[in-house]
Amino acid sequence: MLNQDVKYLKFKSYLNIYCPHCNNTLNVESKEEKSVNFKAIYKKQEIDLSLSPYLDVFDIQASINIEPDHLVDDLICPHCNTSLINKDVKCGECESPVGEVTIFAATKLLPFYLCTKQGCEWHGLTKRDERRIKLKIPRQAMPEQDQKLRVHNHQEVPYGYTSELALLEAGRCLQCKNPQCVLGCPVNIDIPAFIALVAEEKFNEAAKKIKETNVLPAVCGRVCPQESQCEEKCIVGHKDEPVAIGRLERFVADFERKMELVEIPVIKKDTNKKIAVVGSGPAGLTLAADMRQKGYGVTIFEALHETGGVLTYGIPEFRLPKSIVQFEINYLKEIGVRFELNHVIGNVLTVDELLEHFDAVFVGVGAGLPKFMNLPNESLGNIFSSNEYLTRMNLMKAYKFPEYDTPKPKGNKVVVIGGGNVAMDCARTAIRTGSAEVTIVYRRSRHELPARGEEVHHTEEEGVKFRLLTNPIKYLGTDHNTVKGLECIQMELGEPDESGRRRPVPIENSEFTIECDMAIVAIGTGPNPIIFQSTPDMELNKWGYIHTDPDTLETTKEFVYAGGDIVTGSATVIEAMGAGRIAANAIHAKLSKPKKKAKKK
Amino acid sequence: MFQIVRKQEMAKGTIIRFDINAPKIAKKVKAGQFVIIRVNDTGERIPLTVADKDEFAGTIALIFQVVGKSTALMRSLNEGDLIKDVVGPLGKAAETEKIGTVIMVGGGTGVAILHHVAKAFKEAGNYVIGIIGAQTKEMLILQNEMEHICDELVITSDDGSIGEMGFVTGPLAKYMGERHDIKLVYAIGPIIMMKNVAKLTEKSKLPTMVSLNPIMIDGTGMCGGCRVKVNNETMFCCVDGPDFDGHKVDFDELQNRNSLYLQDEKDSLLFSIK
Repeated sequence: MLNQDVKYLKFKSYLNIYCPHCNNTLNVESKEEKSVNFKAIYKKQEIDLSLSPYLDVFDIQASINIEPDHLVDDLICPHCNTSLINKDVKCGECESPVGEVTIFAATKLLPFYLCTKQGCEWHGLTKRDERRIKLKIPRQAMPEQDQKLRVHNHQEVPYGYTSELALLEAGRCLQCKNPQCVLGCPVNIDIPAFIALVAEEKFNEAAKKIKETNVLPAVCGRVCPQESQCEEKCIVGHKDEPVAIGRLERFVADFERKMELVEIPVIKKDTNKKIAVVGSGPAGLTLAADMRQKGYGVTIFEALHETGGVLTYGIPEFRLPKSIVQFEINYLKEIGVRFELNHVIGNVLTVDELLEHFDAVFVGVGAGLPKFMNLPNESLGNIFSSNEYLTRMNLMKAYKFPEYDTPKPKGNKVVVIGGGNVAMDCARTAIRTGSAEVTIVYRRSRHELPARGEEVHHTEEEGVKFRLLTNPIKYLGTDHNTVKGLECIQMELGEPDESGRRRPVPIENSEFTIECDMAIVAIGTGPNPIIFQSTPDMELNKWGYIHTDPDTLETTKEFVYAGGDIVTGSATVIEAMGAGRIAANAIHAKLSKPKKKAKKK
Repeated sequence: MFQIVRKQEMAKGTIIRFDINAPKIAKKVKAGQFVIIRVNDTGERIPLTVADKDEFAGTIALIFQVVGKSTALMRSLNEGDLIKDVVGPLGKAAETEKIGTVIMVGGGTGVAILHHVAKAFKEAGNYVIGIIGAQTKEMLILQNEMEHICDELVITSDDGSIGEMGFVTGPLAKYMGERHDIKLVYAIGPIIMMKNVAKLTEKSKLPTMVSLNPIMIDGTGMCGGCRVKVNNETMFCCVDGPDFDGHKVDFDELQNRNSLYLQDEKDSLLFSIK
């Protein structure tokens, strides 16, 4: 028996191979190895062929030596003895006849073609066929926790792809010459390149590829609104569902972390210049990583007692495990970024004082001030801002009360006002902490829900009710001054407003009351005034956020930069990270000019 | 980590004073501002107004009454022990410029904060009249310090064991009747006391400031738990306060909101005893 490498198949994941005629499996599993067995006719002799998966190629084992570049005359199913040759299809590489088998790709049976020429580098499909097959692979779902089980724990809902699923999903990417997905990404990750690496099973290299442009892939893969960014632009998505870019990103980042393949990069020679970063959220973390890698000393000042900003206090454990956030932050610590907790900049140190010790300051404090609707009786007990509710639950671990000292907000019937990711997070946290009935109240229709599609889907699965086209007008209170109901009015969609969405208008006399004993207001946030109060020369824009130069993100105060929600208002994690990157490049450009520095002193 | 450099028990051990080593905060904190502390990893974030500071020693003084689990835990700490987190200064400082005669009214633990504000008023060159009250003689705190700061000091107690018998509003009304040069009243203490002081001074339109102590999580304007109604507007105590115009504060609402977690506090205490 001789071993000869033959790349008949490119995708290892098509392991389950069947005869298209008798539907018997051609796979043979023994203790030592898995293989796929055929009968073949070679030089008018009947021989046994066995393909076994080994790394990214298939070994062929034949009972006699097949010379390179010779064809086997026929491929035969060992069960029904039918020829597998399909005369209508030719090998895309060498035009030799091909044998057709059926592969089981996740949920569908698909035809697959094997070239009969020994040593043929092509796996038996024409380019067009390959595209067709790729388009036939359905978008792979992530395995996830059972919906009945998961409402009783705080563990992450999706388990993430297995390597088999990731390979299948990566196989769906068409590797477009003009990739639109990259344009949809705020930090322009080279998406086709990393997916190609996934398809070649080079998961670690794929993770490194992403990290060239995104320092927090494990976070972004989980919380980015891919369906309105990269995946919205995906060409596959025009006809079918788009390639699950976010899930693949998450997979490779998790792979790299779990296999302990994260490498600490070599820091270029220190520049002896120092950067102060205010806020340890996504914008600040990205900027810190970039500046550190450029050789700057970086210190991050965080107001709370934990790092991570919104990733820690806002996004719940079941959507973004805190261990992942802390892993990413530890990575920053390892490359030499310093963290100063419990520092409210503006109070304990002003921006001016920071500028005495640092060459530049980046303000990434987020938009943390909760908005209320100013409805009658809004100050009743058990009405929380989403920030308070989530901070109690996530940062202070109130769901473990009384093991942790912060009391848990309790409600049996809970109303959440708002339709964004935060509203979904609040509703799902309530479900997990023992609330029997949770209702989301949103004034527009389902189509306008700003939350990620996956979050809406999960929220519904977990039994949260949606009252759409419903606007709250008044809270009702008990004798003990806690909330007992929310009076609402039914809305309908009218003409489009300046945001392009159809403006909801109330329907007269359609008031009704939703009973509740807890209400959470998740209608967005505004800018926190603390840092402005002590920095009057940092100008604000008309919405009350920091005014910056759009190209450099420098504020009206020289050497002070700002990015993330404090500039744009509530946005996404990845957009904040994009801002961190822009500012990092701008600060580097400015501080690299020696003259400017001299002028300052 | 922040070290407790001095611990002092007052009022029969129900009120404790900690001097905590926090040089950066000591350098910046002004009268009326507060800090948030978290004793350990499972602890709550507890807002405490800074009662005094020593910029040269780098310490701040915190005075608190033992009411629930967290404060009981704090009482169990000794000199040399470490507190996990202290963040501050938070909130706006009290406005303490020279205006003439001011009356400082304090009750219970509120005297701790009041004394810091009174000191600032005195240092600014004001004539400071102090009225401080407690339930009994033993519960009165900082009597010596207040005597030192104030040009005039009146003490009241509910049972008459020290000073005048009755509430702080008694002497306040008397002063308002006698003196017409009072520019400002500063009241810090239990909600009911501040409410009654504000009610009293409202009739004669005497400007009155109060320092509020609502439930708070982060203390940086993020959670909105500390929202209070001032002049029918929702304000966040941690960034807009903690000092507000006493005539405009909705005290009843504050009282209601502050009593939301009473049962939880009991549960928490019971749990820790178990």
